[in-house]
Formats: sequence, structure tokens, C-alpha cells
Amino acid sequence: MLDVSKIRQQFPILHQEVNGYPLVYLDNGATTHKPKVVIDAIQQYYEKQNSNIHRGVHYLSQLATDEYEASRETVRKHFNADHLHEIIFTKGNTEAINLVANGFRTLLTSTDEVLVSAIEHHSNIVPWQMACESSGASLKVIPMNDKGELDMKAYESLLSNNTKVVAVNHISNALGTINPVKEIIQLAHQVGAAVLVDGAQSGPHSHIDVKDLDADFYCISGHKIYGPTGIGALYGKEEWLNKLPPYQGGGEMIATVSFKETTYATLPHKFEAGTPNIAGGIALKTAIDWLNDIGLDNVMAYENELLEYATQELAKIEGMRFIGEASNKAAVISFLVGDIHPYDMGMILDKLGIAVRTGHHCAQPVMDEFCIPGTIRASFAVYNTKEEVDRLVEGVKKAQQMLS
Amino acid sequence: MASIKDIQQDIIDEFDMFDEWMGKYEHIIDLGKSLPLIEEANKTEDNLIKGCQSRVWLHANKQEDKVVYTADSDAIMTKGIIALLVRTFSGQKAQDIVEADTNFINQIGLKEQLSPTRANGLVSMVKQMKLYALAFQSQN
Ligand SMILES: Cc1ncc(COP(=O)(O)O)c(C=O)c1O
Repeated sequence: MLDVSKIRQQFPILHQEVNGYPLVYLDNGATTHKPKVVIDAIQQYYEKQNSNIHRGVHYLSQLATDEYEASRETVRKHFNADHLHEIIFTKGNTEAINLVANGFRTLLTSTDEVLVSAIEHHSNIVPWQMACESSGASLKVIPMNDKGELDMKAYESLLSNNTKVVAVNHISNALGTINPVKEIIQLAHQVGAAVLVDGAQSGPHSHIDVKDLDADFYCISGHKIYGPTGIGALYGKEEWLNKLPPYQGGGEMIATVSFKETTYATLPHKFEAGTPNIAGGIALKTAIDWLNDIGLDNVMAYENELLEYATQELAKIEGMRFIGEASNKAAVISFLVGDIHPYDMGMILDKLGIAVRTGHHCAQPVMDEFCIPGTIRASFAVYNTKEEVDRLVEGVKKAQQMLS
Repeated sequence: MASIKDIQQDIIDEFDMFDEWMGKYEHIIDLGKSLPLIEEANKTEDNLIKGCQSRVWLHANKQEDKVVYTADSDAIMTKGIIALLVRTFSGQKAQDIVEADTNFINQIGLKEQLSPTRANGLVSMVKQMKLYALAFQSQN
């Protein structure tokens, strides 16, 4: 069992007032807050370990390199990946997806097809559009049903020998839908397509097992799993990472450089040009360890409880419309109330000290599909409480009363 | 016609009656609800200013040396602020509009509404109002 009040104590930022009310932070899908141990790890790095990595023979450089590489090992274990060199540090999921999609530009031809789903974040759409534009390949969309679940029949019929890549999120940030990624991957592999799983939203809520999923690429973002901004991790199968060309050129990613010819470093360094976010990398380990100490099973069970309670309480509000009602859903609730514009609702909730996200959540195609301008989204983390759900419900009622 | 400064002062006085955000917001919401601000025919794609959060339509035409604005938004809060902007600028001389500021929005305690980070389209709308005025002015 999980002691939420103890967990809350570890988050300094939660203990403040916003607009005269105790802060209720329900925008965890955008970014989570950081426990004190993560903040300390960053400070400790700059106070005691700061040095550039992989280059110096001196003490501090060795120390920083060891810590940074220890983090890679933590990520590998967390992903259940076979090899350390299959873990690439990135600055987040946007970069991870761009790294892969950019690499595919040279592998795709004009008869090839890339599949993305209808419920993707813009950062798992646009890089593929760009890859298709420059290679001549075409982009196809896996449709969803009106509950916000992917249409698996339609997916199967879209797959063909022309399909080279399938890019889907594990959990949708806009709707909370948990996608059947294992099945998606199995089907894609039958036609020889590679699958990238955008794990931005699954990172903080669920176990990740790239071996069990048989994922070709899987990426998570540090800032969404209680870690720092500007760091993330990409898992890629060795064979795929070897096939993809480097993403950026520069230091660190080379073996030898001359004006006649440069040879690239081996994995993972081939994809890690330049000085990385060392402090972030080291603190990512702290965040993952912290999360695993609580235990992802406990996190999932608790967040599910919050989701059920919030859904049940919000449903009592007149005119409540849930957007995204997948039967397999993470602790994300997107909703509208009557014909109240989400922006108006968000403004008033903010005044009441309640932080939610309003708008299209970087998933405009999803909003178009539902013919709505956007939603109000409450997304939960392990430090949220039922009392905060009550504050949200009261806030929504108050806003509704003011706006109608 | 009262000057832009006078109208803005009136608005400031009007909002002074509320000492709490809730009263102010309710007043803005009322303004947003009550005004038919634009003719449907003018709610065109051309007149649309895309904010990321709410959409704003702005139409301007010239009547003698005055600029007349009509505008609308799909969000009521945004529409309420629009009502205030239209009230201060519409029917004024182009040059006065070009030279006027929108500081009164800060003074009535709704500064956050005119912040670029709100992405509600209002900042672009004010800019567009001034651009219309500038264009009409140079036609003179
Ligand atoms: C599903 C999903 N994919 C990708 C991203 C982008 O990740 P990052 O912020 O790490 O670039 C986000 C962040 O909002 C997301 O929710």
C-alpha cells in the first residue's frame, strides 16, 4: 500500500498557494513534479561531480561518466532491454521520434507506407510527415472508434507489404486510451514493419518491457516520470539502430575524423552527438529508482482508484461529457461540460488554484475527429488525492454556475 | 463620442466596484454573453485570428474618418474582453486608435487575459485592430 501523504511530503512544489488556494496540480500529463531526491541529485551533480563525460582521464570526468552510464544501465533494466548500447539518451520524446523518423528518410522509398494512429501527439505525427515528404512514402492513419480506441480491424487491413513503419503511443495523452501495443507490434511484424512506441504517457504509469512487447523502438521522457526536463531515453533494437544513419554530427558520435572521411562511433554514441544533459541523465536514474521504490504496481492501483473516483464524481455534474471512454484507460480524464468552452472553464479553475490543461493537447486531429475545439484534461500522478478530486469537482461546478 | 481615454477610465471605474476576481469575471462573462458582436456573414476564414485556445473573428470598416470594429470569439471570457476593446476603439479616429494603449486591461485586474502566453488570440487581435487603423489612416 502506498502512503500518499508521505509521498506528497517529498514534493516541495506541491506545498504552495495559487491565487489564494492550496495548489491542486492535475496537469501531470504535461509534466510531473520532481521529488526532493531528484532535485538533490541535480544539485549534487553540479556541486560535486560536474565534468564533461567520456573524454577526460581526470577524476571528476571519470566520476561523472560512471554516474551517467549507471543511469543508462538503470534505464536498460527498467525497459528490460538486452543491451546497454540499445539505450540512447535524448532530450525527450520529441527528439527521440525525430531521431528515428529522420533516420528512416533514407530507408523509405516512394512505394513505402508509414502508419500512425488517429490519437497521436503532434510529435508522433509531424516527424513522420516530414520523413514521408522527403522520401516520397505515404502516411496512413489508423482510425479510432467513438470511444477513442483504435480500430484494430481497420489497422489490420491497412497493413501490407508496403508498410515499413508503424508509430503509435502506448497511452494517448489527450484521451488516456491504453493501446494494445503488443498486438499492434505482432501484426506489424507479420508484414516486416518496424514499430515505434511513444511511451511519453506510459512511462509514469506502467511497466515497460520492450522484450515482451518485441518493440523495435520505445521512448520515454524524463520530465513526465518525475525526472528533469531535457532528458529522455530511446530504446532501439540493435539491428535497427545499426541500420539508421546518425541523427546529428559532431563530437562524441565519431570514431575517426579526417577531411577525407569520418567514421562513426559505435552504439549508443553514434546517436549522442555533443555534450549531453549530464545532470539530467544522472537525475533520471534517481527518478526511475524513486518510482520503482514505490513500485509501479502500487502506482497503477492507486491511480486507477483516483481515476474511478474522479470519473464517478465528475459524471454527477449535469452536462458532463467525457471525451475518450476507452475500456482500457490510464488516469487521464478529458471532458467538456455542456457547451462551455474549455478555455473559459480552465480560466476559472486556474483562479480557484486548480491546474488543468485546456485546448487540443497537441493532438488536433483527435479534436477534429470529435468536432470539438478542445477539452479540459485532468491527468493524475501518484501524489494526487481524492480531496483534490473533490476540489476539481467543486471547481467545475462553480465554473459551470458562473458561465451559464 | 467620448475619447478612448475617457471610455477606458469609465471601464476602470466600472470594474472598481468589484473587489474580488469572481465579481470581475462574472462581469466579463456577462459582457461576453450579452453582446451580438459581429454579423455571421463577417465570421469568415479571412477574419479569423487563430489563437491556440480560443478563436477570434475581427472585422473592420471605415465610416468617414472613423473605424468601426465588430468581433467575436467562441470563448465567453475572450468575448467579454473583446467587448471592452470594441467599446474603447470602435467609432474612434484611426490615428487615435494607432496611438492608444491597452493598459486599462491591466488596471482592471485582467492582465492575464492579454498575455501572449494565454494564446487566446487577444494579443493578435489588438495588433490587428491597430493594423486596420493604420491602413485606413494611410488611405486618408
Ligand atoms: C504522447 C506524447 N508524445 C510525445 C510528447 C512529447 O514529449 P517531450 O515533451 O518529451 O518532447 C508528449 C508530451 O506532451 C506526449 O504526451
